[in-house]
Amino acid sequence: MSAVVESELKEDHHHGPARGIGRWLFTTNHKDIGSMYLWFSFAMFLVGGCMALTIRAELFQPGLQIVDPGFFNQMTTMHGLIMVFGAVMPAFVGLANWMIPMMIGAPDMALPRMNNWSFWILPFAFTMLLSTLFMEGGAPNFGWTFYAPLSTTYAPPSVTYFIFGVHMMGISSIMGAINVIATILNMRAPGMTYMKMPLFVWTWLITAFLLIAVMPVLAGVVTMMLMDIHFGTSFFNAAGGGDPVLFQHVFWFFGHPEVYIMILPAFGVVSQIIPTFSRKKLFGYHSMVWATSSIALLSFIVWAHHMFTVGIPLFGELFFMYATMLIAVPTGVKVFNWVATMFKGSISFETPMLFSVAFVILFSIGGFSGLMLAIAPSDFQYHDTYFVVAHFHYVLVPGAIFGIFAAVYYWLPKWCGRMYSETLGKAHFWLSFVGMNLAFFPMHFLGLAGMPRRIPDYALQFADFNWISSIGAFMFGFTQLIFLYIVISTIRSGRKATAAVWESAEGLEWTIPSPAPYHTFSTPPEVK
Amino acid sequence: MTPGVTDISQSVYSLHMIIFWICVVIAIAVFSVMFWSMFKYRKSQGAKPATFHESTTVEIIWTLIPIIILVAMAVPATSTLKEMYDISESDIDIKITGYQWKWQYDYINDDVSFFSNLSTPQEQINNEATKGDHYLLEVDEPMVIPVNKKIRFLVTANDVIHSWWVPAFAVKKDAIPGFINEAWTKVNEPGIYRGQCAELCGKDHGFMPIVVKAVEEPEYQAWLAAKQEKARSEALLASQVWSMEDLMAKGEAVYNSSCAACHQQNGAGIPPAFPALKGSAIAIGPVEEHIDIVVNGKPGTAMQAFAAQLSDVDLAAVITYERNAWGNNTGDSVSPQDIAKAKGN
Repeated sequence: MSAVVESELKEDHHHGPARGIGRWLFTTNHKDIGSMYLWFSFAMFLVGGCMALTIRAELFQPGLQIVDPGFFNQMTTMHGLIMVFGAVMPAFVGLANWMIPMMIGAPDMALPRMNNWSFWILPFAFTMLLSTLFMEGGAPNFGWTFYAPLSTTYAPPSVTYFIFGVHMMGISSIMGAINVIATILNMRAPGMTYMKMPLFVWTWLITAFLLIAVMPVLAGVVTMMLMDIHFGTSFFNAAGGGDPVLFQHVFWFFGHPEVYIMILPAFGVVSQIIPTFSRKKLFGYHSMVWATSSIALLSFIVWAHHMFTVGIPLFGELFFMYATMLIAVPTGVKVFNWVATMFKGSISFETPMLFSVAFVILFSIGGFSGLMLAIAPSDFQYHDTYFVVAHFHYVLVPGAIFGIFAAVYYWLPKWCGRMYSETLGKAHFWLSFVGMNLAFFPMHFLGLAGMPRRIPDYALQFADFNWISSIGAFMFGFTQLIFLYIVISTIRSGRKATAAVWESAEGLEWTIPSPAPYHTFSTPPEVK
Repeated sequence: MTPGVTDISQSVYSLHMIIFWICVVIAIAVFSVMFWSMFKYRKSQGAKPATFHESTTVEIIWTLIPIIILVAMAVPATSTLKEMYDISESDIDIKITGYQWKWQYDYINDDVSFFSNLSTPQEQINNEATKGDHYLLEVDEPMVIPVNKKIRFLVTANDVIHSWWVPAFAVKKDAIPGFINEAWTKVNEPGIYRGQCAELCGKDHGFMPIVVKAVEEPEYQAWLAAKQEKARSEALLASQVWSMEDLMAKGEAVYNSSCAACHQQNGAGIPPAFPALKGSAIAIGPVEEHIDIVVNGKPGTAMQAFAAQLSDVDLAAVITYERNAWGNNTGDSVSPQDIAKAKGN
């Protein structure tokens, strides 16, 4: 099949990329936009990472050493916001842009001009968000969950910039999601039925629907904040007839599906990679699709498990507890399927596989602590402690971030036509793996011992675990510079990669040459 | 986690341990199959891939088993939760109010009310002095409760959301401005139990400890009586005439516990959020404006109204102190009567 595509290319090779800066500013090419998303997200990953290291440096020892408590709160807030909206989400959109057209045999995304817009909004949104650090009164300092009234009545003036920044990120995400849905529904190659779509495409389709459902809710909640701050309404002010808990309900109705937005595409990535390196078809394709959809649906009815302590009536607590526990079932099915895929395979451990295996193990650990958190009576003890911090970092770092790393190593040869260094890739993996565990595992103990989250200073009995955790965080942080080096050196001077790259990888993306030509599939491939 | 000192905290603890061990067993089972697969079916060992990729039976089994395990977990969790929600028939009711960044305890049936502030000295936090044993977990006035009595907590807040948490009781309840939440405890053993605010509530969120002293009934009654007596004598003090020295000495103590966290011990503040008092227009300007800002706060800023938090004597003392310390030599002395006048009573 690749021969066909190459001959077509010869006919329209003059339709290559434009020259100069205009190529990037005005591009409508899904590959260029995908690359820009990925570079942008990596830049944000480093910025958010520096903030995390500021936090860990302050927490290295008891007492206040490096930053004052006000700035510490700004760091925790910005770290969370940047990692969620600036690093993880754009990285997945970048992967979607690169891979979805290639995986479904489409020439480009369905709405390329909008694609350009949805990317270019982001740098402006984050410039606005980051500029708040230099404003009088400082950056947002109320946590990434920005609970009212701390974020309304008691917020610094820069909160208005934060609100507009969030609006812009939301617009970008919604446009990206519309594009993904339009592409997948309309542009699949002849013969590619829904049940033949690669799982990465499936998970992104479901994620895109989640995004469209919940980003407007986030926009709604920040608009209500804006009204409370500037237009004299009292949505979240009890004195004016409002309710601070309303904020939390609206926020978490967005926020809980949001955490699945950050994990489902990674499920898809791992479901592509594990079969490849096990040299065996994915076990239980149908139940994987079914499980992903059930997780997405369940994610809408569990939001109040973030709010067990706000004083919900007993019946509400029970409902949200049971619903939350239920998510363990489809998630368990997915993990069992991945293990069954490896079972009786012929496994090799290239870097993408290492990240994927670590994903399955560590994500499961995060899932177990999630199950513990779901049990409402014990949640009273875990809630807002470092146990929660440990839990969601175990889900998001090995889940979302390792998933993204796995995807980049897996598809990088396809993107740039060159192989990365396996030795360096493995070094990056092992250092990340050790650093990440060193940083986040002790946090379970800290939480159980009673250390609240978001405190700049702590009692003496928490000193030892914090010390270990900080060392791990620095190790994990600096290791990411190796990743930067690997990617740059691969693009510049890696050895040439073949079209198929991996021995038994399946999918349309492996039928085109490496690097993938600027325009692929101008004639749709036939899928049998 | 520790079992704690109440029946509830003990059942929460055992619930925690049950779930923990169930998770450990599942983890060992899943991971050992996984590691065994990775070890046995390595390509480098010449493993040949099998071709199966589906089995409805297996998939139904591994959907049903987790459901059964979850039901087994949900049963004890439900009964513990029901107990936690049973706030009926309390012996003592205490209203807990969260402030930025201190707690107020109102014994609503006994006319006792006081604030509980962090008592760790600022020098220890700034690493200028050796840290004490209960660094950041100590307060000037702990909540005192009798053992073996059902205590109902009515939890609310004055400004932002806080969360009142004592791990040994397994009580964590959000304090929400404008609303009252309920929780309860019944402590089995006398002792001192420590906790912290568990909801981000601004700059000094990390410096908002909770200390509860559980004592035997007679000791509790004695403490209650002493507290009531002290309230009466303070009312008396407010009508006395205070000397400048006494006001300055008392003012310094009040300043260090209530003002120094934001405005710093040397009055330098942390501009721009927390202005300096040393040489400030307020502290050396007209005395009425100074009293007004301390008593009523400044809306829209972190400066809160201290009218309800400090007694008239404390307010008079601290304002006098601020007007005469750090070279603010105005020579003004503010009396408790001035404060009462400013409050309009």
